Amino acid sequence: MPEKTHSEPIIRLDHVTKKFGSLTAVNDISFEVRPGELFAFLGPNGAGKSTSIKMLTALLRPTSGTITLAGHDVAREPDSARKAFGIVFQDPSVDSELTAYENMELHAALYGVPRSQRRSRINELLELMELEGRAKSLVKTFSGGMIRRLEIARGLLHHPKILFLDEPTLGLDTQTRNLLWAYVKKLNHDTDMTVFFTTHYLEEAEEVAGRIAIIDHGTIIAHGTVAELTARTHTDSLEDAYLKLTGTAIRDEKADPGSRMQMRAMRGLRR
Amino acid sequence: MNIIYILWLRQIKRYLRSRSRVLGAIGQPLLFLLALGYGLGSVFKRAGQGNYLQFLVPGIIAQTILFSAVFWGIQIIWDKQFGFLKETLVAPVSRLKIMIGSALGGATLAAFQGVLVLVIALALGFRPHDWALVPAAFAIMIVLAVALACFGAGVASVVNDFQGFQAINQFLVFPLYFLSGAIYPLTGIPTVLKIISTVNPLSYAIDGLRSVLIGTAHFGLGTDVAVLAVTTLVLITFGAVAFRRIEA
Repeated sequence: MPEKTHSEPIIRLDHVTKKFGSLTAVNDISFEVRPGELFAFLGPNGAGKSTSIKMLTALLRPTSGTITLAGHDVAREPDSARKAFGIVFQDPSVDSELTAYENMELHAALYGVPRSQRRSRINELLELMELEGRAKSLVKTFSGGMIRRLEIARGLLHHPKILFLDEPTLGLDTQTRNLLWAYVKKLNHDTDMTVFFTTHYLEEAEEVAGRIAIIDHGTIIAHGTVAELTARTHTDSLEDAYLKLTGTAIRDEKADPGSRMQMRAMRGLRR
Repeated sequence: MNIIYILWLRQIKRYLRSRSRVLGAIGQPLLFLLALGYGLGSVFKRAGQGNYLQFLVPGIIAQTILFSAVFWGIQIIWDKQFGFLKETLVAPVSRLKIMIGSALGGATLAAFQGVLVLVIALALGFRPHDWALVPAAFAIMIVLAVALACFGAGVASVVNDFQGFQAINQFLVFPLYFLSGAIYPLTGIPTVLKIISTVNPLSYAIDGLRSVLIGTAHFGLGTDVAVLAVTTLVLITFGAVAFRRIEA
């Protein structure tokens, strides 16, 4: 029996390194994600997760190594690579002075969704995320959970092959979290869309992810299914396996420029 | 085109939804027109320089465009801090288009406010010397607005917080304004002031506006247009390069 031949990996990192001056944030990482996988990317604060996500989404250029998304080299064909994925960032990235519909419309234009399909696709996705009643409301009147749902709807608008979710459940209540993962799993199941997510909630990763990669100090220290990781560490939950692999010491997070700026903004506003 | 349009439209929508911004934009120039126009009018006349309101209006139009276009750049800092910028930077769109679309939005608002000041000035008694040249004044206003909005976008790309942006405003924009001949004639002023005004590109935009609106010019319309054109190209390039360098 020939082995089931999986098509080309949809995400491939090949010896990717990112240096900021003398600091190596990501050190020679390589891994692959196959089409249709639910893939979790875990690691302590400051381990290189955010830097990796930024390189994967073409916001940062690797110092060396190549990243391929859906067959497109991110460095050489950034626009084709960008069209292949949708992303929900860790922090909100909607325009709160626009309505939910307008945010979706803007995204459709940026991604070149044909004009004739815009309205129907937007309405369909807002309905899917149970926001159809608030389509014409300004986003500044939305709760955190509603903004997340809007961002997922927006991320799916251009029919991406890959959905990146960077800590999508941060700060959400249990109900919204369950709802969100139910949607993501359904989408993954129905459309075979690849989902690549990060989270600090290990029970989420344990429940949702097919395969997991753990990054620490800029290198991939382990990857595999939950069963493989627990077997390898002789533990019986992902959390125990994770702690055994990454240790229990608390990390000093080196804030990336974005979050540093946000902290400064908050200080500024309080004044 | 579609992308530039939708980003332009976003700026217009945001502006129209903020009534305080619309009112605030008119308040300051109105104050300048009334306080300076009426306050200094008699002194100006006694000095043999004619009607001060006539002289002042082109300067206040340029001032309105200067402050509103450059200050518009702060939108980009908001977008950085509230995350929306990432949505545009991660999209399969060139950064040049993002910068141009947004800056054209800011420029439209600034030029619109300049036109509004002209309308208010007409109500206060200002009269252009030749109505046929008013469209030429609009053209200068639009080009000036585009140049300054790109400058604002460039500054906002380089600095990361509101304080930094304000500092640039204080140390660059205010001096540019006060040393431009917006509120006083450039003839018969001390040499140092004259040199500064001569190298200040804003002086030429104001001189151009005076040339077409009231028929008097210090440098001459040809020089004004040439300097304005070169300045505009430089500022668009600055805006585009600075915006491209933003690290998400």
